[in-house]
Amino acid sequence: MSEFRRPGRGLVDYDSPVKFSFDGKTYDGFEGDTVASALLASGVHLMGRSFKYHRPRGPVGAGSEEPNALITVTRGKGRMTPNLRATTMEIYAGKETASQNRYPGLGFDAGAFNNVFSAFFPAGFYNKTFMWPKSFWDKVYEPFIRKMAGLGPAPTEVDPDNYGSVYATCDVLIVGSGPAGLAAALAASKKDQDVILVDENPQLGGSLISSPEVTIDGLSAADWRAKTLKTLEKSGNVRLMPRTTAIGYYHDNFVALAERHTDHLPMVEPGRIRETLHRIRAGEVILAQGAIERPLVFDGNDRPGVMLASAAQTYLNIYGVAVGKELVVFTSHDSAYNAAFELAGANVRIASIIDARREVHAHLIEEAERRGIDVHIGMVVSGTKGKKRISEVEIYESVHNDRKRIKCDALLMCGGWTPSLHLWSHSKGSIKWDSQTGVYLPDKANENCVCIGASNGDFGVKAALDAGSKAGGGRKTYKTEEPDFGVGEVFDHLPSYKKSSKTKAFVDFQNDVTDKDIKLAVREGFHSIEHVKRYTTNGMATDQGKTSNLNALEIASKALGKDAPQVGLTTFRPPYTPTTFGALCGYRTDDLFEVTRKTAIDPWAEGQGAVFEPVGVWRRAWYFPQDGEDMHAAVARECKVTRDSLGIFDASTLGKIEVVGPDASKFMNLMYTNPWSKLGVGACRYGLMLGENGYIYDDGVVGRIAEDRFHVTTTTGGAPRVYRHMEDYLQTEFPELDVWLTSTTEQWSVIALNGPNARKLIAPFVEGIDLSPEAFPHMAVREGSIFGIPTRLFRVSFSGELGFEINIPSHFGLAVWKALFEAGQEYNITPYGTETMHVLRAEKGFIIVGQDTDGTVTPQDAGMNWIVSKKKKDFVGKRSLQRSDLVAEGRKQLIGLLTDDPKVVLEEGAQIVADPNQPIPMDMLGHVTSSYWSESLGKSVAMALVKDGFNLMGQTLHIPMAGGVVHKATVVKPVFYDPNGERLNVL
Amino acid sequence: MMLIHCPYCDEKRPEIEFAYAGEAHIARPDAAEQQEMSDAQWSEFLFIRDNKRGEHCERWWHANGCNMFFNAVRNTVTDKFVKTYKMGQKRPSASQISKWNEGGNV
Ligand SMILES: [Zn+2]
Repeated sequence: MSEFRRPGRGLVDYDSPVKFSFDGKTYDGFEGDTVASALLASGVHLMGRSFKYHRPRGPVGAGSEEPNALITVTRGKGRMTPNLRATTMEIYAGKETASQNRYPGLGFDAGAFNNVFSAFFPAGFYNKTFMWPKSFWDKVYEPFIRKMAGLGPAPTEVDPDNYGSVYATCDVLIVGSGPAGLAAALAASKKDQDVILVDENPQLGGSLISSPEVTIDGLSAADWRAKTLKTLEKSGNVRLMPRTTAIGYYHDNFVALAERHTDHLPMVEPGRIRETLHRIRAGEVILAQGAIERPLVFDGNDRPGVMLASAAQTYLNIYGVAVGKELVVFTSHDSAYNAAFELAGANVRIASIIDARREVHAHLIEEAERRGIDVHIGMVVSGTKGKKRISEVEIYESVHNDRKRIKCDALLMCGGWTPSLHLWSHSKGSIKWDSQTGVYLPDKANENCVCIGASNGDFGVKAALDAGSKAGGGRKTYKTEEPDFGVGEVFDHLPSYKKSSKTKAFVDFQNDVTDKDIKLAVREGFHSIEHVKRYTTNGMATDQGKTSNLNALEIASKALGKDAPQVGLTTFRPPYTPTTFGALCGYRTDDLFEVTRKTAIDPWAEGQGAVFEPVGVWRRAWYFPQDGEDMHAAVARECKVTRDSLGIFDASTLGKIEVVGPDASKFMNLMYTNPWSKLGVGACRYGLMLGENGYIYDDGVVGRIAEDRFHVTTTTGGAPRVYRHMEDYLQTEFPELDVWLTSTTEQWSVIALNGPNARKLIAPFVEGIDLSPEAFPHMAVREGSIFGIPTRLFRVSFSGELGFEINIPSHFGLAVWKALFEAGQEYNITPYGTETMHVLRAEKGFIIVGQDTDGTVTPQDAGMNWIVSKKKKDFVGKRSLQRSDLVAEGRKQLIGLLTDDPKVVLEEGAQIVADPNQPIPMDMLGHVTSSYWSESLGKSVAMALVKDGFNLMGQTLHIPMAGGVVHKATVVKPVFYDPNGERLNVL
Repeated sequence: MMLIHCPYCDEKRPEIEFAYAGEAHIARPDAAEQQEMSDAQWSEFLFIRDNKRGEHCERWWHANGCNMFFNAVRNTVTDKFVKTYKMGQKRPSASQISKWNEGGNV
């Protein structure tokens, strides 16, 4: 066994040795080890290179607050995860891990020249240096910065793992399973509450695991923990969730928990869920997140082997690992003495305790001396030496200028304790500054939430237990024996004899921010901690400044000559620790990424080899290629057959709203520009809807089914907002109207038949409707049946041909479609998709709202004044149409364009100018809104919105394209095909 | 994710069921009033909205629920709903709002 192991200590399983690899070399550990603990047990402290200066780094902590020891873990194809903390990664047999941000190797790193030249890389260096010339940013600066300053590489393959999503509720959610959390769970459990207890670590118990000196109610801390966990497991109302991080706290006690299921397992059966994101709505939240020890800021405090005193305790008590053979402890708080004594008790030599304070309790000094430990009061560490690991510290006393060197292989530091307020702050609970301890503490809760134990500044096991019991609704007071947690002193500055230019004292280890950087930021005029943070990047790394924020605040406020609360505290944001995208996405990937709405006829189109396009959330058949046709050929054929004989089109996605009630026509009069009162039952009318601002909002054909019933259709994409628009006005502006609105989009399948043979096809199958042109004219609707299926049959046309839209209940849609298709063979019936539908309508100059209009087009701009009632006293948008700028001359108007070269199909969105030879930027007149090749006309046709377009009829305009080509086109009326509508009258 | 009390369902429901619908208590002028309004007045009605820091009266729609529009007083600083109430109820006075505030939300 390694000389750094302390068998008999820790929770690792000494009977289960585990081999794993780090940077290609095999190491030994035990089940229960983390990568960090196993490497430390092998005498390895060097685990990474720093972000900016590529300085060698080892672990500072032993948990999720770790800033330095970031590693990449690989477990097969697509399972490479960078930037994981070695301190939380449990090992398993064969685990492959690697250090990051070094080239060619961790021991020798070329990028370390950044360190040598670090005087040139102060705060704001990137902002200042890489600003000019602008063109250098993409090609020179950014790639350089990305290469030299970075974390692990991002994975490039698709993540093959599965992730879960769970929504749940509970009465009490407890975050943190230390003494406070366990006592709270125990109390809440007894009250028969539904409790969830989460902890980010694999073992529940928090600090109790590493408190061998403590007894609770006569039991050792370990026994009390074991007994309590057993009680909770048996209770039936407490859910214990280890390896689960509360990553964010949102409104109304909504807390997100990321649970890791498999990352610690050597073998993972395929299909197993890797992580689950639980979204918990809790009645009450109890935050018992504990406190994080603060590093001290001194020259060389980032050398491998320098770590938090509590981390050394954790390595000893959880993993049975001594972090060194000969330790020096540097502290400004009593708690580090307890750590030193505990380590000494485990056969680790403590060379010295260096205490920055001038006054320290005598009993601590006596106990140290009893154990043969030198104590240097009023001294500081002024420098460290050692390459891959610390080998020596220099200590210094400022009054007498005493200096002394001490050999060691690890240096433990303790600058006090920072209560963890992360989730409390997420919940917008307020905080208050405690000047005595130099920390922020929770003040007023914003949610039904309490913050207890060390995270509330109540240090010590008894204080935590009693607060836990109370928070859980109990009244128990615990009896404990424990070393006094003690007190400390906060230093905003540790004395040094060195010139500041010769020192490097790190505040934020992960982002390589030193005390000098923070002072520089203040000198350069950054006075708010939020600005200092952004300028120096302190606290902006993946650890969110868990170990650095308070030190940065002390330094900044001292430099500003202000009290810390006046300088502020940076905002904590979710997630508490880095979270995988997999967990956040859950199952919503690939086919489940977004809902795709399909019509009842969609499977048939798929069977025919249709090419689909997304329209809103719908998937629609775009065109139906045959025998290797490209889109152009397919659309040309579909158009031709439809105009010559018969085309069939799935129009089911059209929005449909049933408007019913005694006041239905009054309501329609208010919602549409045209009048509805006199529309007879069985007649249809095209309706135009405006927003209150007078711009075109939607359009569609409306049929009057009965005096009190309208069948309204909307654009495919507009259906939800038109429904909302109608409901809004009905409920809030016209509540006196007796009208009901029902969205019926999905109730009806709509089959559009267009072409001269449309009537002939349906005639044999329709019952109860006289199809003769006299009895059933264009723009009419009849109720009857087709193939025995009840139908609302519309005679309407969006193509200019004789057309019918057959509405049948959705579940009959596919059957009717198939029957029509079979019967239509004698007319060469041809299915067509949305592209052909667009060509046919553009040939007729029918607009598509949202394509030929853009939310700033009035009916007049679109050449549709004919549809705006002059007689109606009111309709939505009426008053706006009189606004001076909406009736002004020279607005953009919808016109047709015919290219001089009929083969040229203009690009939709292309800009239009009068004179293509004018200097850039040119005076744009407008843009092309719709443009298609018209097979029927043998030329291209286009529509465009052009300034003063109605007055430009017959004139030539220019469409300059990228690359220098300029197209010429003539302004015409936007009706290209059958302008008199004679084809509708085919018999 | 917030919980919002729908005054029609009389239940607190998750935020995702609702849609924000702009400032409340801006009545649409009737036909006669519209014609008496100057362009400037009409523009005021159409476009000009408060941008309040603090308690704001606004409309919400229980879109994926009972489908009803209702009004709410929400604090734009804390994002807390002070009270939700049915469409047609008058705009609450400042003293009414502070009373609600004292009594806890909704
Ligand atoms: Zn409701």
